[in-house]
Amino acid sequence: GDFFLMLIRFLRFVFVGIGLPIEASAPAYQSHGTEGSHLTNITNTKKAFPVLAVNYEHVRKPFEIALWILLALLMKLGFHLIPRLSAVVPESCLLIVVGLLVGGLIKVIGEEPPVLDSQLFFLCLLPPIILDAGYFLPIRPFTENVGTILVFAVIGTLWNAFFMGGLLYALCQIESVGLSGVDLLACLLFGSIVSAVDPVAVLAVFEEIHINELVHILVFGESLLNDAVTVVLYNLFEEFSKVGTVTVLDVFLGVVCFFVVSLGGVLVGAIYGFLAAFTSRFTSHTRVIEPLFVFLYSYMAYLSSEMFHLSGIMALIACGVVMRPYVEANISHKSYTTIKYFLKMWSSVSETLIFIFLGVSTVAGPHAWNWTFVITTVILCLVSRVLGVIGLTFIINKFRIVKLTKKDQFIVAYGGLRGAIAFSLGYLLSNSHQMRNLFLTAIITVIFFTVFVQGMTIRPLVELLAVKKKKESKPSINEEIHTEFLDHLLTGVEGVCGHYGHYHWKEKLNRFNKTYVKRWLIAGENFKEPELIAFYRKMELKQAIMMVESGQLPSVLPSTISMQNIQPRAIPRVSKKREEEIRRILRANLQNNKQKMRSRSYSRHTLFDADEEDDVSEVRLRKTKMEMERRVSVMERRVSVMERRVSVMEREGRWRGRVSVMEREGKCDGEGG
Amino acid sequence: MGALQSLSDEPEYRELAEKTGFSFEQIGILHKRFKQLSHNEDMLRRADLDTIPDLACNPIRTQIIEAFFDKRNFHQNGDGTVEEISFEEFLVVMSHFRPPALNMTEDQREKVRREKLRFLFNMHDTDNDGTITLEEYRHVVEELLSRSGALGKETAKGIADAAMLEVASISIGHMEPDEFYEGITFEHFLKILKDIEIETKMNIRFLNMDTTTLCK
Repeated sequence: GDFFLMLIRFLRFVFVGIGLPIEASAPAYQSHGTEGSHLTNITNTKKAFPVLAVNYEHVRKPFEIALWILLALLMKLGFHLIPRLSAVVPESCLLIVVGLLVGGLIKVIGEEPPVLDSQLFFLCLLPPIILDAGYFLPIRPFTENVGTILVFAVIGTLWNAFFMGGLLYALCQIESVGLSGVDLLACLLFGSIVSAVDPVAVLAVFEEIHINELVHILVFGESLLNDAVTVVLYNLFEEFSKVGTVTVLDVFLGVVCFFVVSLGGVLVGAIYGFLAAFTSRFTSHTRVIEPLFVFLYSYMAYLSSEMFHLSGIMALIACGVVMRPYVEANISHKSYTTIKYFLKMWSSVSETLIFIFLGVSTVAGPHAWNWTFVITTVILCLVSRVLGVIGLTFIINKFRIVKLTKKDQFIVAYGGLRGAIAFSLGYLLSNSHQMRNLFLTAIITVIFFTVFVQGMTIRPLVELLAVKKKKESKPSINEEIHTEFLDHLLTGVEGVCGHYGHYHWKEKLNRFNKTYVKRWLIAGENFKEPELIAFYRKMELKQAIMMVESGQLPSVLPSTISMQNIQPRAIPRVSKKREEEIRRILRANLQNNKQKMRSRSYSRHTLFDADEEDDVSEVRLRKTKMEMERRVSVMERRVSVMERRVSVMEREGRWRGRVSVMEREGKCDGEGG
Repeated sequence: MGALQSLSDEPEYRELAEKTGFSFEQIGILHKRFKQLSHNEDMLRRADLDTIPDLACNPIRTQIIEAFFDKRNFHQNGDGTVEEISFEEFLVVMSHFRPPALNMTEDQREKVRREKLRFLFNMHDTDNDGTITLEEYRHVVEELLSRSGALGKETAKGIADAAMLEVASISIGHMEPDEFYEGITFEHFLKILKDIEIETKMNIRFLNMDTTTLCK
């Protein structure tokens, strides 16, 4: 920012020298100070009227913010234009390098490079990423593995913090290191900051390696849920290190605090989630502002829980998860797309900015380097993570149906990246800590190590170890049917066994949801719709929109198998001429609609999302027409019975000739209708 | 079936354990449950399963109950249905829901997958002709949606038709307009559901069953 001030001064000097009437003055509408200065203004010689005036101070803050964001996005754009680069180096590494360069540049000019302000980070940059993650959290794998995730998040993080803190304290006791002033509590505080797996870093790296769903949800879920542990440990040790002593009561209060922080955060999030769902029930006339409700309620949930020192991340996740099924049943398709794209956009920008600022902050310092301490921290980080994962998996596997293999364990351990949250927490430490600079340096080194070394090598390692990758999933209606079928089957068999298990309680929750909750939160009659039908309609809508956009008539499916092949003789053929007529009319209608779509005026208050629905109803009309044709046929029943016999005979292979004759007869009969 | 009267004998349990893969403990628990359901008789009837209150609100309860009395699930190459089953047959049906062991080779996993999918296939193929026809599939979807009233029937038809189309296009790919796709064979069924990883999903934890909390 000051750089630009210098630039402006330079420019002014140049132009005044040339004599052009250009002035850098106070903002045009500012009050003119005291009477005295006003008088002196009049006594000055009359200057030429300023045709062009530069006033940087007026726009300074927003200008700088916009410039930083633009720089960040241009960098991101640049990476993806270089083909080989993005395949080898993960984006996060490149962005940190860019941050380092920018920071270096600013320092060379002689200005102070800006440090990642903790308040800016926690209140502006972090929430979009977490909301994006929480809103699109894949519920099924998450709930199936929630026990494992919680064990890793809570017990794993505790283990990391105490192991690292303890061993570092032991290290500091050694005379040769020169850090004998560091007490146990400070080390434990440091341990608790560095021990938590960071969701931003995990997201950034894992997004590019497309690992299988199980491992992904384990690491990612852990990074989200360990926030409560981090918050409690951080606050606890911060308080203790001021006081200096710890009593049993304090430890007990700490445990209670943990439960309050995590459950309280979830509760706050859930409350806002229900509010958002309830609000969305009434938005059918103001579709344009629907997405805003989602964003604002979630942000309020985050801020409210931060206000009470509860876990903001868990509140955001809870809010997103609770609100999603109901909101999606209420909002229009366009609002859904808007929400999706805005969330992705904001989280992308946030992530980019975070990494760049990390680089810049590294250059800014302040640094205190101690080889032994820093190197030991990095090594201990890895060691404690590996030990923790192996130990916990050994226990967890006794309770899991799908056991975690060695490969899975390796990726979970290796994917435990540290990131900007650790840095911000370190930065928040008050300056009274004499070790603050040392801690910051160590934290930055750990972050760099995990992001660069682990982040870059995880992709080739995944390939090398042949870890299972994410499957390309096209929504298949057969899979959907059978997933639901399996749910009911397993609930039923549990009932036969007399076992009140997993599926029994899930079924109870579903029923409660359907009878009470959905009634209040979903607009209109939609709450009665079972999931399968909703899925089917979504698929239909998607297909119809695709067809409309491509301008084709919904005639034949790309695989050239149509209804005829499944129920050949049941559809009585409309005469060729009539079919052509119908096609012509439909085609003309479709053209009309397309033109209408483009020339509709855009009104602030309503979006004509009836557009899509119109064309979809054209498609539906055609489908209903075919349905009616089927139903009208009287021969349907008789023909299908005949078919059965025919297919049996066909298998015997003797009556092929007879079959084709009978087919033709059947067709002729239908044609008349 | 008199030979299996006193199942507290070790050799009987051992034979069953070998056949079905359950542990002795699990067999003991399931036996207690069997006796409770059949009111201490040797044979279990449909009416006994009907009385289970948990099954009452399950949309596919008829199919579930039928599966227990379907001879195809007894691994004895039988056919048709029976009126009552013994404990051994009960156990064999239950063994379809055992989780796969930890270290299995790819072949063994494939075998387990086939077995479980065969169970599902038998549930759908009610007339036992080796294929699931459109009518049978429609019936399956209708039952699934049977709780949503009249609106369900038409949509069920649409869904079943779309699903059938999908199977045909995945398994066969291209058909002439006058060819007829008779029904889903077991091979096609395997193909369309191979991504669903059924060996990890179709399981029940038999370990921690507490018979004292069993229902009336």
